[in-house]
Amino acid sequence: MRPLPELTPENTAFWTGGERGELMIAFCGDCSKAVHPPQLLCPACQSQAVTPRAVAGTGTVYSFTVNHQPWLPDMKVPFAIAVVDLNDAPGVRVTAPVLTDDPDTVRIGQAMTIAFEASGDVWLPLWKPTEQAA
Amino acid sequence: MSAPPRAAITGVGMSDIGRNTGRPAMLHLAEAADRALARAGLTRADIDGIATYPGKADNSPGMSPLGTGEVRGALGLKTRWHSAVPDGPAQMAPIMVAAMAVMTGQARHVLCFRALTESSSQSAGRRASIAGAGKAQIGGWLSWLVPVGAMSASNWAGWIANRYFHEFGMTREHLGMVAVAERQFAQMNPMAVMQKPLTMEDYLAARMISSPLGLFDCDIPIDGAAVVIVSAADAARDCRLPPLSIEAMGSALQSPETWDQRADLTTMGAHDAGADLWARTSLKPADVDVLGLYDGFSIFVPLWLEALGFCGHGEAKDFIAEGNIAPGGRFPVNTGGGQLSGGRLHGFGLLHEVCLQLWGEAGARQVPGASTGVCGMGGGFIAGAMLLNRT
Repeated sequence: MRPLPELTPENTAFWTGGERGELMIAFCGDCSKAVHPPQLLCPACQSQAVTPRAVAGTGTVYSFTVNHQPWLPDMKVPFAIAVVDLNDAPGVRVTAPVLTDDPDTVRIGQAMTIAFEASGDVWLPLWKPTEQAA
Repeated sequence: MSAPPRAAITGVGMSDIGRNTGRPAMLHLAEAADRALARAGLTRADIDGIATYPGKADNSPGMSPLGTGEVRGALGLKTRWHSAVPDGPAQMAPIMVAAMAVMTGQARHVLCFRALTESSSQSAGRRASIAGAGKAQIGGWLSWLVPVGAMSASNWAGWIANRYFHEFGMTREHLGMVAVAERQFAQMNPMAVMQKPLTMEDYLAARMISSPLGLFDCDIPIDGAAVVIVSAADAARDCRLPPLSIEAMGSALQSPETWDQRADLTTMGAHDAGADLWARTSLKPADVDVLGLYDGFSIFVPLWLEALGFCGHGEAKDFIAEGNIAPGGRFPVNTGGGQLSGGRLHGFGLLHEVCLQLWGEAGARQVPGASTGVCGMGGGFIAGAMLLNRT
């Protein structure tokens, strides 16, 4: 069992939005900058009006890796982890495992759609190749 | 252009490092300290400062078993200044703060140390190098990696490598050249843990860890310790060896504390620190004779080469293929075998080797006449760089 994220006031929306199927990203209410990882202050304008909102949950693979080494006794390998540029949150990437039968098919530039799996008190993001999405 | 150097490295020492030594960290540390003091021509009574990275920590098994307090106690040191730096310019941080301590008169001779028992911890069933292993929850920057399956730094370095491959046409063979060159150096260093020959065929046939990084792209957990003594310039003159002046330090950091949000992941914090280093000296990369570049994973070596301006962005694959970093090359890198073949002393081993080279003590692998060396430590968002000059 891998560790789960510690929930904070800033990150709770991100880690629990999956309950509603929503990818929650923080944005500055004053200058509209996407702020990820979420934090109390906008790094661009120092506004404290940084609040999460649901984004489309689609993006493009910026990079990836296929993990072959079982780091934990219960870890099933191989699996791909993708670093995905979000389509509607400029400058923000979300890193998550890829839901696919063949991790070797993951490519830079591939379109992805978010999914979630519940674990403990959080909903962990997963990326699904968009052409396979329902 | 630069201010007169006021801090210098006067001694380095490394314990008999090994895999699964079963030897307590403190005994490794004491051996490294004895060797560093002997090299410097100093005694324990001369040491009036102590510094380490990161301090005693158990966030990853065997990663940092000793703090400054225990080491002061074990070595019987009476210090006027001490510091443990978990949050600084990578593993270079204690060397840098020690330099600042001697430059401001807080201490005369600072014993900087790094001790690890990751090999024994791993053999005891506690997976080394996995942050948060065994914990239920994790916070900070690791919380954006570990819970989504990116438990190992090999994953983080893997996606950096894949993006770099994609943009610049690097292949696994280029990283193999790094691993093979470091093994060739290791075979000339009796202290290195890996002594068997490594061919490109061996490299390519090894099992994958996290694509595109395979077994020989990953450094080797060991048990061991290294000590670096940083001295005030006037005190350094009394030491046995010519002082290695700290000509410049670079620790700029411009991207957020993450492994996935830096706008261009074919660069790292190293690029910020590297540019900062050269802004503080009149020396140029062409003046450098020997390099120690952080190689927790092989991909960090080409990125550090570019970060420090030894070649342009995207040019490292050709720079490596031309033989520049290998034995006999113009810019030999990690001449002790690096962490890939020497063992993971978290940057301290790389600095130890650069210092040996500048003192002409590197045996069969000695770079003739080496007088200027550069060392870059860290991967991802943390980095520290240092330029040393034998005076």
